[in-house]
Amino acid sequence: MSENDMSENRVTRDGLRGERPGRDATFGNGMAGVDGSPRRDGGRGKRRRRGEELAVPPADFTSYYGRPVIKAPAWAPADIAGYLFLGGLAGAGSVLAAGAAATGRPATARAMKVSSLGALTLSTAALVHDLGRPGRFAHMLRVIKPTSPMSVGSWLLAAYGPLAGAAAVSDLTGLLPRAGSAATRGAALLGPGVATYTGVLLADTAVPAWHEAHRTMPFLFAASAAAAASGMALATGPVAENGPARRAAVLGAAAELALTRALHRGAGLAGETYGRGAAGRLLGAAKALGWAGAAGAALLGRHRAPAALSGAALLAASACTRFGVFTAGIASARDPRYTIAPQRERLSGGAG
Amino acid sequence: MATHEPTSEPLPLSPSSGPHLLHGPEPAVAADAGHDNPPPRMGFFTDTSVCIGCKACEVACKEWNAIPEDGLDLTGMSYDNTAALGASTWRHVAFIEQPKPLGGQEAHLGEAPGAPSDLRWLMASDVCKHCTHAACLDVCPTGSLFRTEFGTVVVQEDICNGCGYCVPACPFGVIEQREGDGRAWKCTLCYDRLGAGQEPACAKACPTDSIQFGPLDELRERAAARVERLHGTGVPDARLYGEDPGDGIGGAGAFFLLLDEPEVYGLPPDPVVTTRDLPAMWRAAGVAALALLGGLAAVFAGAGRNGRTPRGRNGSAT
Ligand code: SF4
Ligand code: SF4
Repeated sequence: MSENDMSENRVTRDGLRGERPGRDATFGNGMAGVDGSPRRDGGRGKRRRRGEELAVPPADFTSYYGRPVIKAPAWAPADIAGYLFLGGLAGAGSVLAAGAAATGRPATARAMKVSSLGALTLSTAALVHDLGRPGRFAHMLRVIKPTSPMSVGSWLLAAYGPLAGAAAVSDLTGLLPRAGSAATRGAALLGPGVATYTGVLLADTAVPAWHEAHRTMPFLFAASAAAAASGMALATGPVAENGPARRAAVLGAAAELALTRALHRGAGLAGETYGRGAAGRLLGAAKALGWAGAAGAALLGRHRAPAALSGAALLAASACTRFGVFTAGIASARDPRYTIAPQRERLSGGAG
Repeated sequence: MATHEPTSEPLPLSPSSGPHLLHGPEPAVAADAGHDNPPPRMGFFTDTSVCIGCKACEVACKEWNAIPEDGLDLTGMSYDNTAALGASTWRHVAFIEQPKPLGGQEAHLGEAPGAPSDLRWLMASDVCKHCTHAACLDVCPTGSLFRTEFGTVVVQEDICNGCGYCVPACPFGVIEQREGDGRAWKCTLCYDRLGAGQEPACAKACPTDSIQFGPLDELRERAAARVERLHGTGVPDARLYGEDPGDGIGGAGAFFLLLDEPEVYGLPPDPVVTTRDLPAMWRAAGVAALALLGGLAAVFAGAGRNGRTPRGRNGSAT
């Protein structure tokens, strides 16, 4: 195809060259400011504002009427933050199930297999429900794209789901025990991927609070998944079997708290959204619940009721962490300051 | 799969060596996406210095692409009542009033005609940048977003399942899910018109040639000359935005001549495609997954088989 076929504009221009000055129109000749310096400064950073209902940006930062630069995802928090929590619970739970099965803790193993299958089912339902076109959910498996964490995650779930399902069904029915334990081990190998890829899912966006913390997010999600799954094991497994779950609870909760702090600090300017508003309250609750759950598990975990309560606290802590991280990201996307100020700073620092 | 659907740029096997496909200059973007002998990469050069704010581009785009009505608002933002690009706004004219003289332009804002004023009125028609490294395309899990033979980025409405991932991925806030429809929509650079040898509707309608369509190489040359010319005639603020293949998105297929900082127009000053950091993210996720597996295995290793924990606390269980 020749270039002229491509551009009617160019064809037109060929015939009219010199007769349509539109794009060549000049202005500014002989006027003030010719020397390169505006006659009166005061434009930059102090643009006249018309919309009174809009928040006034600080003087060191300019935006277009205070409007966001990027678009926040339209994901429903209950669906997507809920999925982050449930996916972590399922994935880490499969590891605990395999560990319990391998070390003679059959009741805990069964409880965790059932928990993982339930969490996976709910999270798949949440993902499909959140689609703009739920009937087209199968399009998720239309291609394989390593550049798309959602594509990788879909395939991961497609492989993990049947394993987790087979592990639970075989345990409950007693059918095909050999295949069941193979499925249990398979689910334990894929489960950690299911729990951590969601960190990449959030970080691989232009959302400042998520992207700036892209090295920390998968680790936080791993820790949060461990806390949730050990909480479930404490709540549902018999006390006699819960030694490993108690240790996992302390480990998971401590890591979750430390990594939440790292997230806060590692996200630069946008990190402050983790400490503000609804996100700040959710992460504050996660901290309190995490401490309580870990302390309860460590000190009183050998008693039925305190073990169950500690487990519930850890599950709630993990859920609060996921909803808090989700909410902070939305807040950072909606405020143009978090997009513009760090980029402006990067430019003035000369770094690419 | 049809030749129109080379859906993704593959991850380089070694992210630290060789030319990067996830960021940096990529001259043959359509060929790299799998098109044999593609036509030259086509794009827009939007020269805001000759924009008169008539919104003919907005109207032409809506008409040609049959985009639904999406609200009649009075925003209080100068003459801009469209507010932003979105699912049902693929061209958006921004209006900025500044207490700053612009050469000989006389805006007559709040003054009697003829009276001198220090105001300038900037107008700029914004559009999808058709990025060389398009985050929206990279993250789309269905392959709905694809690279055309013209090097542009287009959504296939019969494939998109409305997952919404492309929306937060775009560093410019361009693509959006349409309410009530669920799918994602954005500028197609009039893929249908290009296929028929026509220029996009907005460029066709623009009365001042502020929107110029053509082969990207030629537009870049023309734009460089235009900036020179403006600098020479006393408009030192003129600068190009998105034309540099070395920038964070590998250069835009639709770039701009601006008269102030990008953020004044609602554009990010230094956008970077989020997938530039994807290899680092996948590495982190891999290490985190191994740590999770190892950590949870360790709590069992320390416990031994049930009934004989090291500290004998579960002894009663046998
Ligand atoms: S500007 Fe946004 S929507 Fe357009 S190609 Fe680039 S990333 Fe995609
Ligand atoms: S909403 Fe549609 S176009 Fe956007 S990433 Fe999802 S499937 Fe792709």
